[in-house]
Amino acid sequence: MIDHDVLVIGAGLAGMRAALAASESGVDVAVISKVHPVRSHSNAAQGGINAALTDRGDPWEDHAFDTIKGSDYLADQNAVEVMCSEAGREVIAMEHMGVIFSRDDEGRLGTRAFGGQRQARTFFVADFTGQALLHVLYEQVLKVGVRTYEEWFVLSLIVEEGQCRGAIVMEIRTGDIHVIRAKAVILATGGLGRVFEPSTNALICTGDGMALAYREGVSLMDMEMVQYHPTTLKSNGALMSEGARGEGAYLINSDGERFMERYAPNMMELASRDVVSRSEQTEILEGRGVDGCVFLDCRHLGEKVINEKLSQISDLARDFANVDMSKQPVPIRPGMHYQMGGIKTDVDGCTSMRGLYAAGETACVSVHGGNRLGANSLLDTLVFGRRSGEHAANFARGVVERALNDGLIDRENRGIQAMMDRAGEGELFGSIRLDMGRTMNERLAVFRDDEGMRDAVSKLTELRNRFDSVAVTDKGKTFNTNLLFTLELGFMLDCAEAIALSGLERKESRGAHFRTDMPERDDKNWLKHILVSRGADGPIIENTPVIITQWEPQERKY
Amino acid sequence: MEVTLSVKRFDPDSDQHSSYNQDYVVEMEESATVLDGLIKVREEVDGTLALRCSCRSAICGSCAMRVNGQARLACNTKLVDIVDSGKVVVEPAGNMEVVKDLVVDFSPFWDKVRDVKPWLDPEGPDPDPDQEYLASNEAMLDLAGVMACIMCGACVSDCTVLEVDPNFLGPAALAKAYRFVADPRDSDDEPRLSDLNEYGGMWDCTRCMQCVEVCPKGVDPMGRIMSLRDKAMATGYTSTYGARHSMAFTNGVRQEGRVDELSLPVLSKGVFNIVEQIKMIPLGIRAQLAGKRPPILPHKNPGQENVRRIFNRLDKHDNSPDRLEIPTAIIGLASPVVLTFVAIIAFLILQFYWNSESVSGLKPDAYQSGSVEPFTRFSYFHNCFWFYCDPETSGSELVVNSNAEAER
Repeated sequence: MIDHDVLVIGAGLAGMRAALAASESGVDVAVISKVHPVRSHSNAAQGGINAALTDRGDPWEDHAFDTIKGSDYLADQNAVEVMCSEAGREVIAMEHMGVIFSRDDEGRLGTRAFGGQRQARTFFVADFTGQALLHVLYEQVLKVGVRTYEEWFVLSLIVEEGQCRGAIVMEIRTGDIHVIRAKAVILATGGLGRVFEPSTNALICTGDGMALAYREGVSLMDMEMVQYHPTTLKSNGALMSEGARGEGAYLINSDGERFMERYAPNMMELASRDVVSRSEQTEILEGRGVDGCVFLDCRHLGEKVINEKLSQISDLARDFANVDMSKQPVPIRPGMHYQMGGIKTDVDGCTSMRGLYAAGETACVSVHGGNRLGANSLLDTLVFGRRSGEHAANFARGVVERALNDGLIDRENRGIQAMMDRAGEGELFGSIRLDMGRTMNERLAVFRDDEGMRDAVSKLTELRNRFDSVAVTDKGKTFNTNLLFTLELGFMLDCAEAIALSGLERKESRGAHFRTDMPERDDKNWLKHILVSRGADGPIIENTPVIITQWEPQERKY
Repeated sequence: MEVTLSVKRFDPDSDQHSSYNQDYVVEMEESATVLDGLIKVREEVDGTLALRCSCRSAICGSCAMRVNGQARLACNTKLVDIVDSGKVVVEPAGNMEVVKDLVVDFSPFWDKVRDVKPWLDPEGPDPDPDQEYLASNEAMLDLAGVMACIMCGACVSDCTVLEVDPNFLGPAALAKAYRFVADPRDSDDEPRLSDLNEYGGMWDCTRCMQCVEVCPKGVDPMGRIMSLRDKAMATGYTSTYGARHSMAFTNGVRQEGRVDELSLPVLSKGVFNIVEQIKMIPLGIRAQLAGKRPPILPHKNPGQENVRRIFNRLDKHDNSPDRLEIPTAIIGLASPVVLTFVAIIAFLILQFYWNSESVSGLKPDAYQSGSVEPFTRFSYFHNCFWFYCDPETSGSELVVNSNAEAER
């Protein structure tokens, strides 16, 4: 058995920030990740990180208001206040660690404009901000000597008498199962994009943390809020950064018209993502698209801007759409991108279970509510990663070590062996995942309705039955990715269930949850969060009010 | 489009202990990448195929592997661009131990990254939490080129130095090291440069360009290694073999308009490094015997004055350390190679008296007794020298003697 004070599951920005904070608090910390830390999906964040630097003339309250308006008033305002007021120092702390942020003429941090905000307050490193932050945090983790378990996979949490005591894990390279005992556990496993097909998310984004918590009866919140990013490539769903529109790129339809004029006359292309995605989808549905796409037009930006600030997406456009961005518009469409919901936490990362914390995309504080602003996700991971790391370290100091129940490894071994022993005739995991992804992308996308979501729920039940007889064809122990994907599919089916049930429950349109059968926002009845957890007899759905501090809900116009 | 993916496979758990190639025929769209093909195989055809992959957009660095013999990211390599008569050969990345199929052991890679102390080490007291360090955007843009490295290991896979010397830090770790040396916020670079000056560090790169060729992110690891060398020399680390070689090379070209192959090794090893100089003698003899000895008498290439002018102009823009200005030709004349040449002449004169009574006692016994095929004069000459030159053939004289004994 392995022992640590704080165990962080996931090594993206939230996980490593949490580990660093906990380590600085002086407790023994370990990070476990199913991929090497620098392979984490935080890499993919291109555009930047928001922070209002109050002493430079951008009051953090303005950032908070933009975030709350962007969330369609579903965000908890106390949490947004924490995030926005701590943003400046967080960004500067990252700069001190070595992030090579873009500079202004005086050598100070420079900013770019981003969607849904009235001020240019997005700090950035070309168009690979996430990668630049992730690699620097990994450097810091190396510097302070946090133990990292790379390519270890979490099978389940250890919960005894209502308190999280560690995790049961599998070393991918050897297939060996270990118990890691910890006084506090932080889930920072990122998003669940692979529940949808296509998605901008990496193949590793399989909602592990949400499902691990859900299975132990911990509440998930706002799960119906799934963000579709306005600019993804058709061929492979790759993301074209909002930074492009921040730099001034247009969205045009098949007539060459800047159609956002009709949907968001003030903010145009930089309206919030739910609004832009819906507008694009409307254009496409009404016949003003080409081949299911509209266009991102960067031609007027010039080669210098494209090469210096948008080099990565220019490569993507060339490689996957065969388009030279400086000469032709790029065909794009809305694509599943981010889960606003997740494990319900408070502003210190505490979940509904003692000893269990969550941070980053896997958590729901809730700062994003119905729609996340571009460049707020990196901020979310850092601020709440740090806070949960600090809180977990303090909590761990007060926990008395105790012996764990016997037979934890045997229990997991039996489960896996049962899967492995199944005759090789069964279905492969791939086709079940594809059916799930397509169902979700059809029924819980930009536009939803009651009938579609009901269909999704019943389809998911059918898929779960198919999953129960899925065959693991690789019978080996070494690096058995076949087994891994099958376990991940189990996690994803749990997440899909939570999304579909929450979507059915919310009987209004708000943020990313737009119902064609109930197109209006209904503050009277639905200014509240939907919670879903798994009880002994199946899913339990509850509500909790939205916390309003200083911004009363208003009509949302861009 | 129908594609045959010929995948090199290895499963340590199976009875088959060596790797083998397995062909998968898949139907793919024109826009599909190698990774799309492999995922299709894994999800629909053969679930046992192991590979690492994640982001599908060339940012996570998981899927570097050899495609048609060259390291690439599977996710940004389009099948249509590389398919050769319907077939694409996929193998695991090189220079790393295979764990299973296309999965290789990256631990030595990460160990080397850790060895360069890859974290910012700013000077002075803790900074003000509300104020960033000031730095120019140009400096940040230069670093952005290196920070674009996704640690995929393509450069390490195809590095020709690592192939023969696993101790070499390798292009990725050295590029990472450059990132800190070049960062204006990092403290004194001297300790970093001093470490990188050691065996396995910056001077072990042979400049084969392979890493530049295969890097999917345009990081130019070799260029960064060259920048490290410049910085090391500018900092005063001029006494390593590499630094001296570099200076001697440049100096030769500056003075004579050509690479002076006689002085180059002497200056590189150090003029007073007698042991190393003596070690070069066999090389000189081999060059002599193969007819590849460089000309001994000093001469300049035609148009040398133009080369000199180029140097003069560059010097105006350059802050490199003062160069060694001893005429290379003189050094060249003192080369053991030249001294050896003189020795050879002396030996030939000796040969002239070969058959005279006065020196016949020097001949080996076997030779005198005529019990072995008489060597030609040259081959005996040759063998005697190879005895000293080459460990592979150093037994030749012993063979002569033992044959003779057998005959007796």
